[in-house]
Amino acid sequence: MSIKQTLVVIGNGMVGQNFLDNLVSSPVKEKYEIVTFCEEPRTAYDRVHLSAFFSGKTAGDLSLVEPGFFEQHGITIHVGDKAAKIYRDSKTVVSEKGVLIHYDKLVLATGSYPFVPPVPGHDRAQCLVYRTIEDLEAMTAAAENGKVGVVVGGGLLGLEAAKALRDLGLQTHIVEFAPRLMAVQLDDAGGAMLRRKIEELGVIVHTGKNTSLITDGEQCMNKMCFADGEELETDIVLFSAGIRPRDDIARDCALDVGPRGGIVINNQCLTSDPDIYAIGECALWNGMIYGLVAPGYAMARTVVADLAGKEASFTGADMSTKLKLMGVDVASIGDAHARTQGALVYSYQNGDHEVYKRLVVSQDKKQLLGAVLVGDASGYTTLLQYCLNGIELPENPDALILPPRGDESVGLGPDALPLSAQICSCFDVTKGAVCKAIEAGCTSIGALKAETKASTGCGGCAPLLKAVMNSELAKHGFTVNTDICEHFAYTRQDLYNLIMVEEIRTFDALLEKHGKGKGCEICKPAVGSILASYWNDYILKTEHLGLQDTNDTFLANMQKDGTYSVVPRITGGEISPDMLIALGQVGKKYKLYTKITGGQRVDLFGARVDQLPHIWKELIAAGFESGHAYGKSLRTVKSCVGSAWCRYGVDDSVGLAIELENRYKGLRSPHKIKFAVSGCTRECAEAQGKDVGVIATETGWNLYVCGNGGMKPRHADLFATSLDKETLIKYIDRFLSFYVRTADRLQRTSVWMENMEGGLDYLKSVIIDDKLGLCEQLEQHMQHIIDTYHCEWKATIEDEAKLKRFRHFINSDQPDEMIVFVEERGQIRPADEEERKHFKLVEVA
Amino acid sequence: MVQWQDVCSVDELQPDSGVCALVEGLQVAIFYMPKDKAVFAINNYDPFGNANVLSRGIIGDINGQPVVASPLYKQHFNLQTGVCLENETVTIPAYAARIVNGSVQVSMPE
Repeated sequence: MSIKQTLVVIGNGMVGQNFLDNLVSSPVKEKYEIVTFCEEPRTAYDRVHLSAFFSGKTAGDLSLVEPGFFEQHGITIHVGDKAAKIYRDSKTVVSEKGVLIHYDKLVLATGSYPFVPPVPGHDRAQCLVYRTIEDLEAMTAAAENGKVGVVVGGGLLGLEAAKALRDLGLQTHIVEFAPRLMAVQLDDAGGAMLRRKIEELGVIVHTGKNTSLITDGEQCMNKMCFADGEELETDIVLFSAGIRPRDDIARDCALDVGPRGGIVINNQCLTSDPDIYAIGECALWNGMIYGLVAPGYAMARTVVADLAGKEASFTGADMSTKLKLMGVDVASIGDAHARTQGALVYSYQNGDHEVYKRLVVSQDKKQLLGAVLVGDASGYTTLLQYCLNGIELPENPDALILPPRGDESVGLGPDALPLSAQICSCFDVTKGAVCKAIEAGCTSIGALKAETKASTGCGGCAPLLKAVMNSELAKHGFTVNTDICEHFAYTRQDLYNLIMVEEIRTFDALLEKHGKGKGCEICKPAVGSILASYWNDYILKTEHLGLQDTNDTFLANMQKDGTYSVVPRITGGEISPDMLIALGQVGKKYKLYTKITGGQRVDLFGARVDQLPHIWKELIAAGFESGHAYGKSLRTVKSCVGSAWCRYGVDDSVGLAIELENRYKGLRSPHKIKFAVSGCTRECAEAQGKDVGVIATETGWNLYVCGNGGMKPRHADLFATSLDKETLIKYIDRFLSFYVRTADRLQRTSVWMENMEGGLDYLKSVIIDDKLGLCEQLEQHMQHIIDTYHCEWKATIEDEAKLKRFRHFINSDQPDEMIVFVEERGQIRPADEEERKHFKLVEVA
Repeated sequence: MVQWQDVCSVDELQPDSGVCALVEGLQVAIFYMPKDKAVFAINNYDPFGNANVLSRGIIGDINGQPVVASPLYKQHFNLQTGVCLENETVTIPAYAARIVNGSVQVSMPE
């Protein structure tokens, strides 16, 4: 018998899921059995960043649901099943698939649908909308055979959709009914500036155009005819002309709806039925539909509070927005159109830099009412804080939008904000909440995000969050300790620079000049790695030997029983039968356990330290060289078979993989580096899960960076497209050099990039646009590494003195008696503790 | 009366690193810090990883104590006392060691 009431949530979009997230972290969840319907075939995902789907993100990347969320919280979810009807008399919901559920409380989060103008021909083939992942898949399919795409609608979403069409390689047009782009947010001058910038990117903009008919085209599949008599041929028509609330299920059960749609709600988000709430884009509050997520999230919080019996109300939301549309910064704050009585307007236009800024201030010049920013939205955070918190403006408000001349500063430091100031609008996190979390010990951005959720939505407040954190930490007298260890009061990057600038060649010299004590297992390998990265000396030189981790000192990978595994390099995973036989013979002779690795090579396990030189003498004689599997260095360049054999291959992936592996082998780095090259977009080499991934396309190589597998897999980001080989290699040279020079110890490329201020865009500006003027140096450094490459194993077996170390005992030729193997599936493995005891008994007997 | 045993010559040691010697049937890890002219000897067995590997760990100092970090799971052991810094209830055998006339000597318990 259940004493719990039933709470049904219709819709698992961004707001529906946010409601569940809020609900499960509130004690009130104990009162309810929770059931939710999700019409789409997948649970909630990030629609705000939908266009990321075209730059390589997958549906999984966009998901907003933690794995196991529904199971963990005992929530029943009906995925791919739409709630069809509400019977308010019996308080039941029936789904399309026939599920019938009684509810005590009902939350409608049905969202909205794209408005398609009723133009004749609007339902022709390849006339699409932009809302769900399925829509994107339809767009991708349509784009494969098309050349031209038109977006109907020049608002926020329309511009996003235009970016998607352009990313799909189509000649892209935007058709807007109003006389300017982003008519809701921008004034005429701002709209014109935006138009110029977007047209520079090759998108053709048509404003003041009224579509009257869509019909058969001559060169393209469709033709659009406009009221002014003009025509436009296109393969795809993408409607993005606004949204309409999905209120049909509410209409059907006679809940109050607005004259132009939307389920009417009060300040508690209750509909005209006291047991039914509505939240998000389906809800109409005070005559307004809010088409942004932040107000939807605010409604979700209100309902959770109301269910818990707490006083809460939704009283409207700020509609200010800041976006990067096709690389152009655009922001709109508050009363951008100066509709307030007596409002004064200041504007600044810089045709040269294509920047437009407009301020709307109150009659007494004390309050900021609104603003428009195009081309440079860096002032957004400051202006928004002025506007939302009613902070009194400086004497000359236009100083806020004029470029800084001289050393005057008009920025609003984090200290000027009141504790009530909202830092993160997605999750309604105030400065007070951030300060409290800092006092409770959250002293990094990561910890603050986890504790407060700030900056985990759209991410727009990240710079402000960081500024508040730094200022608060400074006030509390915290200094964030970034010292590598107790021996050096420096970061890895500092140490790299010291070694470079002062031309330091040994650990002892560095310690004497800049450190204290004797060093430890943190700083020694880090410095050893930097010295190797920069000078590329033989790592077993007497002065470097004590710095290396055990794997590096014996040039092999230590396993749990103290034996080692051996991995020769097999470039690109290509190996001849003779080489394979040679490898097999070595494995057989030394009775090694043999396994194929994920990086397309062979790992030979169970070698005692004294066997390593013998094994390597034979491998080198057979033509192998070190695979550096033991080092923080380039591991493998995985490849698919490519155009030489594959029916679908576009280019020679194996050839490029071998070339890249030979180029970068031996490079010491802050962490291991993995590459892959795929010969076509089917991506059989899984290049998008690697630090450096290369994919062949008809127009050249596409370069992906900063992906990895492992504990926290990360999909790589598309870095540059359609490259010739020379440019590709140049970019990789620079990328790797920059990583080696600036990353923290044991920091993979993914974390390195994510922690970089400005992230991927910044990285592109350094590597592609040479923003720091470093590229020549970075390339020279890489050339030095390539020119000084040597096989460490070859150097070692040629040096009698080095070979002496490869004995278990310095004073005896006995092997370590603890190393005992048993047989399993026809090969050896280390004996476990029980087996070892048994073995010893047998031997004694 | 302390009994010293010759193990090897100083030249056979690895500067700022370790080697393993067989002394009276026991595995002894010997570490050499040439700047301090110091040698240290502890048992080679890592009680956390259950393998004879400590001689292959990186040496250094933590808060002024000379230590080796296990190459398997990175616990630190004091080279003079054998005490594990992460878990003081674990101690491994530590032996007296010295250099006399270029010869490395270790004193084993009776």
